[in-house]
Amino acid sequence: MTHCQNSFMHIYVNYGLTCCIFTPRRLCILKGIYPHEPKHKKKVNKGSTAPRTFYLVKDIRFLLHEPIVNKFREYKVFVRKLRKAYGKAEWSTVQHLRENKPGYKLDHIVKERYPTFIDALRDLDDALCMCFLFSTFARTGKCHVQTIQLCRRLTVEWMNYIVTSRSLRKVFLSIRGIYYQAEVLGQPITWLIPYQFAHDHPTDVDYRVMATFTEFYTTLLGFINFRLYQNLNLVYPPKLESPTEELMTSEYGEDYAMGSESYLERLSSLSASITHVIPSKEDDEVQLDEFPTEGEDANQTELREKEKQQAEAQLKLFEGLKFFLNREVPRESLAFVIRCFGGLVSWDRSLCIGATYEVTDETITHQIVDRPNVDKQYLNRYYIQPQWIYDSVNARLLLPVEDYFLGVTLPPHLSPFVEEKEGDYIPPEKLKIMALQRGEKPDELNKEDSDDESSSEEEAIDTDGNEAQEKNRRQPVHKEVNVKKLPVKVTAGKVRVQKVNVNQEKAEEKRLAIMMMKKREKYLYDKIMFGKKRKVREVNKLAAKRKAHEETMKAIKKKKKSQK
Amino acid sequence: MMNFDLSVPHVLFLIFWCSMHDSELAEKMSKKGKNSSRSAKLKRPITDTQAEEDEKFACFSEETSHVDEDSDLSDSEESVFSGLEDSGSDSDEESFPELKLELDSGEGSSREDEPDGSSGGEGEKVKKDLKKSKKKLQPKSQTLSLKKVANEEKEGENGNLEHHSKTAQQPISVPKDEYEQDTSDEEDIRNTVGNIPMEWYKDYPHIGYDLNGKKIFKPIRNKDELDEFLDKMESPDYWRTVHDKVIGSDIKLTDEQVQLVHRLQKGQFGDVNFNQYEPAVDFFTHETMIHPVTNRPEDKRSFIPSLIEKEKVSKLVHAIKMGWIKPRRPKETAPQYYDLWAKEDSSAILGRHKMHVPAPKMKLPGHEESYNPPPEYLFSEEEKLAWEQQEPEERKLKFIPQKFSSLRTVPGFSRFIQDRFERCLDLYLCPRQRKMRVNVDPEDLIPKLPKPKDLQPFPTTLSLVYRGHTNLVRCISMSPSGQWLASGCDDCTVKLWEVSTARCLKTIKVEGAVKSIAWNPNPAFSLLAFSVEQSVILLNPFLGDKIVSNATDLLISSYVEPEEEKSQSVKWVSSEGEEFNQGFRITIRHPKHVKQVTWHGKGDYFASVLLDNGNMQVLIHQLSKRRSQCPFNKAKGLVQCVSFHPLRPFFFVATQRYVRVYNLIKQELTKKLVASCKWISSMDIHPGGDNIICGSYDSKLTWFDLDLSTKPYKVLRHHKKALRGVAFHKHYPLFASSSDDGSIIVCHGMVYNDLLQNPLIVPVKVLKGHEITRDLGVLDVLFHPTQPWVFSSGADSTIRLYT
Repeated sequence: MTHCQNSFMHIYVNYGLTCCIFTPRRLCILKGIYPHEPKHKKKVNKGSTAPRTFYLVKDIRFLLHEPIVNKFREYKVFVRKLRKAYGKAEWSTVQHLRENKPGYKLDHIVKERYPTFIDALRDLDDALCMCFLFSTFARTGKCHVQTIQLCRRLTVEWMNYIVTSRSLRKVFLSIRGIYYQAEVLGQPITWLIPYQFAHDHPTDVDYRVMATFTEFYTTLLGFINFRLYQNLNLVYPPKLESPTEELMTSEYGEDYAMGSESYLERLSSLSASITHVIPSKEDDEVQLDEFPTEGEDANQTELREKEKQQAEAQLKLFEGLKFFLNREVPRESLAFVIRCFGGLVSWDRSLCIGATYEVTDETITHQIVDRPNVDKQYLNRYYIQPQWIYDSVNARLLLPVEDYFLGVTLPPHLSPFVEEKEGDYIPPEKLKIMALQRGEKPDELNKEDSDDESSSEEEAIDTDGNEAQEKNRRQPVHKEVNVKKLPVKVTAGKVRVQKVNVNQEKAEEKRLAIMMMKKREKYLYDKIMFGKKRKVREVNKLAAKRKAHEETMKAIKKKKKSQK
Repeated sequence: MMNFDLSVPHVLFLIFWCSMHDSELAEKMSKKGKNSSRSAKLKRPITDTQAEEDEKFACFSEETSHVDEDSDLSDSEESVFSGLEDSGSDSDEESFPELKLELDSGEGSSREDEPDGSSGGEGEKVKKDLKKSKKKLQPKSQTLSLKKVANEEKEGENGNLEHHSKTAQQPISVPKDEYEQDTSDEEDIRNTVGNIPMEWYKDYPHIGYDLNGKKIFKPIRNKDELDEFLDKMESPDYWRTVHDKVIGSDIKLTDEQVQLVHRLQKGQFGDVNFNQYEPAVDFFTHETMIHPVTNRPEDKRSFIPSLIEKEKVSKLVHAIKMGWIKPRRPKETAPQYYDLWAKEDSSAILGRHKMHVPAPKMKLPGHEESYNPPPEYLFSEEEKLAWEQQEPEERKLKFIPQKFSSLRTVPGFSRFIQDRFERCLDLYLCPRQRKMRVNVDPEDLIPKLPKPKDLQPFPTTLSLVYRGHTNLVRCISMSPSGQWLASGCDDCTVKLWEVSTARCLKTIKVEGAVKSIAWNPNPAFSLLAFSVEQSVILLNPFLGDKIVSNATDLLISSYVEPEEEKSQSVKWVSSEGEEFNQGFRITIRHPKHVKQVTWHGKGDYFASVLLDNGNMQVLIHQLSKRRSQCPFNKAKGLVQCVSFHPLRPFFFVATQRYVRVYNLIKQELTKKLVASCKWISSMDIHPGGDNIICGSYDSKLTWFDLDLSTKPYKVLRHHKKALRGVAFHKHYPLFASSSDDGSIIVCHGMVYNDLLQNPLIVPVKVLKGHEITRDLGVLDVLFHPTQPWVFSSGADSTIRLYT
């Protein structure tokens, strides 16, 4: 048993593991220290199996060497002095103390935890989620206003970077919030933004823990932003490119906010691009050399090429389109997505700062509306629901707008993060999109849609595909027989019987072999097979549910028809 | 002083005018004028001299009379508010008139249904306002006689109640004599209780005392809710009527008073004519005057350095010297963010970074989390119910999938912050471990065995069924030639079958159920031993070669009783008469029920197992000498079955958990095999003699290699239920086991002569056919001595042959 020299922690050492009576939570969070699960819990825990948290002695020592510990202590002393001064009403002392308030920086911790930039990028998911959450908090009491403002600033910077670098890949509207996935320097980064509503703050949440995380994450995100901006030759902190900056401030500044705030607002409106350090030329991208590959890899390279082309096409998805957002749609999310794929976007002037054109603009191609109908409609533009944007982004192509018109029942919104393996259930909508991606004409699909029965029949065949396959297998056998002789039942029967026998034999062999398995292997085997069976069961369940649903829908349709 | 002088007449006038407002009371005017003037006098500071007072008095009276004649509204209005103006302008005087008008508490609710909408609203406003103003004003400030005036109005108007009027009149009668002595006009002189909450008088009939110390009685309030309501509906002045708690009566406000209230409400001055925005006259001017404001010479101290300050400064200096006070920190000018990874060096990647287990990323959402998922992902009613009943930790999905028709209708996720918080907790509180995921193809786990096809011959199909028994067939036995089959059954018969035709040749009736049956393995004998209840019966079946059966008979009959009778625990009885004709030869009577009979390979010795706890569980009999002996002195557990070694003089005794191997010649224990099962049911010895299989009731089959160890070489858990019988084939490397699950499993059990090679065990066939009756399946299993055929007897009272 060792007592640490510092009194804030008592450590019991046993087999290189410690059990901290009091863990400096904040330090652990900042330094990224996590507990370890001992191999022999009982041995370490003195024979008891009660759940306890174990840290490596090494880690705790590492914590103690951290210079920030002294800073924390200084801060503690400062708080004590301040409290005392307040109590004695010595205002000059209070002021003096406040002027000399000790501060600390987390820069070195960030560098220490993430020695390379890529490491930092890999761990960005949680940082982004947290910062986006904190930036949506109301400025009332739950955490410092400065933190909220900083989070907002950093997230806006991040979004601007994503827009400028066009690195957004996937978007998903879930019931939790909106998921975004971007690819930054080859790393997929996913973050979740809650829908814009006021949070009802739960009581069972310790905001101090969250605040400590946020403190670290803001530092991390700030440095990452800086580096990313630098990589793209952008000015950090970001500046808007529009030359009419003064003009805009004079125009809107008074209406919206103070000068300091309106700048961030305008930045967050994402309507204008940000300035580069060196004015960029249009085509300064380096053409990559292509290396000749051997014949075996030819297929792969082709595939890669295709994928690359698709990705490039996705980047220019909305180029040349002009969108207008109605006021009932989530402006920030849509503006972000549209701008990420090269579209032009605007909104009502009174909705937010930074609108670039009016509703009346004749060149608008799409107006995004989320209400049953619109009074005044322009002929030369599509009125579509916001899901079209997201679905198009995920499908990497502009989907037919007919399914997304006003008042139309929307097709299901699918998660782009699901990658179906063989044997997984694929919803029919996904199949349709995949067909579109393969380049099949939507007309054919429409035809399929129009006669529901045929398509449903096909699905039915798909669901019990085994039977169909067997049928297919048998048919050629029959044909051969037919060619040779007149159909003699006996011969055909013989062939079949043999086949069955062979199959049966094989199955029995397997069964017998399974009997001879060792106990441990048998257990494992059973487990694997159980998992497989469960998966199959789930898939079947989903398919059956879908079928039932379609049948009921059909029945309803028929009823309506008959009523007519 | 100037101010004050101005104010007095106004105050006075206000009081006066108010009292005079009602025309009915015109006669009383002069009197009251006097009264009120007196009260006004009291407002003066005490420093004023009496003379001044007198002077003023005269002129006041003049004024009052003037108003009286005129009764001009505008004039009066001006004077009404002058008192207030006074209070507002100067503060060194007790000034603010308090409006001690109170609302009846009950009125508030029904006020809305007043007939006249506009006026009603107004009235409400007024009343509320009164309340407000009361709160605002200091309760101590003097009460204006407004109240009194109102009271007097009342007196005139509703004198319907005697009592009421009396109390109302009282204050009028009193003031005359009281004013001479009383110098304070702060109190309400009608009621001398002072500034106390009037609730204190709630339970008394009076509400206070007048100046003479007489009780002032409460007016009898005959107004109930209905009256109140009628008043509200009918009386046009309802909205301007307020209740005065101190005197306990209602007061109707005049127009002027209402207007005053309105003005106060708006935050205006009470006086209409008061100009708030008069041009300011500076006390000091910006122009330099020739005379100083004060001509006082400067103090001496303004020329001498301050000692206190010096002390303070020296303290500060000392503190700075000692380092107690630190200079202000320079503001940080370095930017908050910079290129942290400007120089990445590989040396920064330490061992701890390699050891670091990065936190797993959050699980990406599936289709079911969509705001508009495909219909198959939505929960049905049952699923929803099941989800709700599950513990939150057990749930596979942490939320119920929901479908929204449009993005507009999607609400905020209520558990968002909790989810985030839980993630935070996971990040810093969860132990992290690299877990090796087993990623094997299940096919690879299946052991590679030689194909059963290559291990033929073995029985594969059911070929014959021997029917005839009517109860469970407990045991079967094969003649050494392989031509005949004997079976013992619970229906108290022994049947002899021809194997090839499944024909029952003979049926022998016995007294009880046949527990065990065994054909003499010596082909020179034609003898069948079976156990019925307490006896073992030796039977000559007269099947096959007549010479052999005759020889057997001869052998048995040739037995000569020895001279000295040995005392044996069992009785050997030769059969005679009818029994003899049936084939019964010898009956060996045991003291207990006999469980099993088994022959030695030579056919002379046979052993029987008794159902007993004592040492007499196993008996070994010699046929030729008709001798029995009990080999064991002590019982070592419940003996399940026994068996002779096929070649050597060894004797195997299986108890519940152990198989003991005894050397019969040396008469000692050679080996004790530990079967890793709970309860051995059956046992068979390999024809080579070095391997044993044991079946157990806990559905295990154990294979012992006597050369290897005392522990089983292999434990096979092929069956799902208790094993009933096991058997080796005499020639082929086969063994079979029968179980209560109705199946017989035939395994290839190759034993190599080479001692280095372990036996190879491969299951080759699962045979099914027997039906399970009364939870019993196949009771006994037996191989044909020469052919790869297997016989089985089952609880469905059949015997089956698989070839």
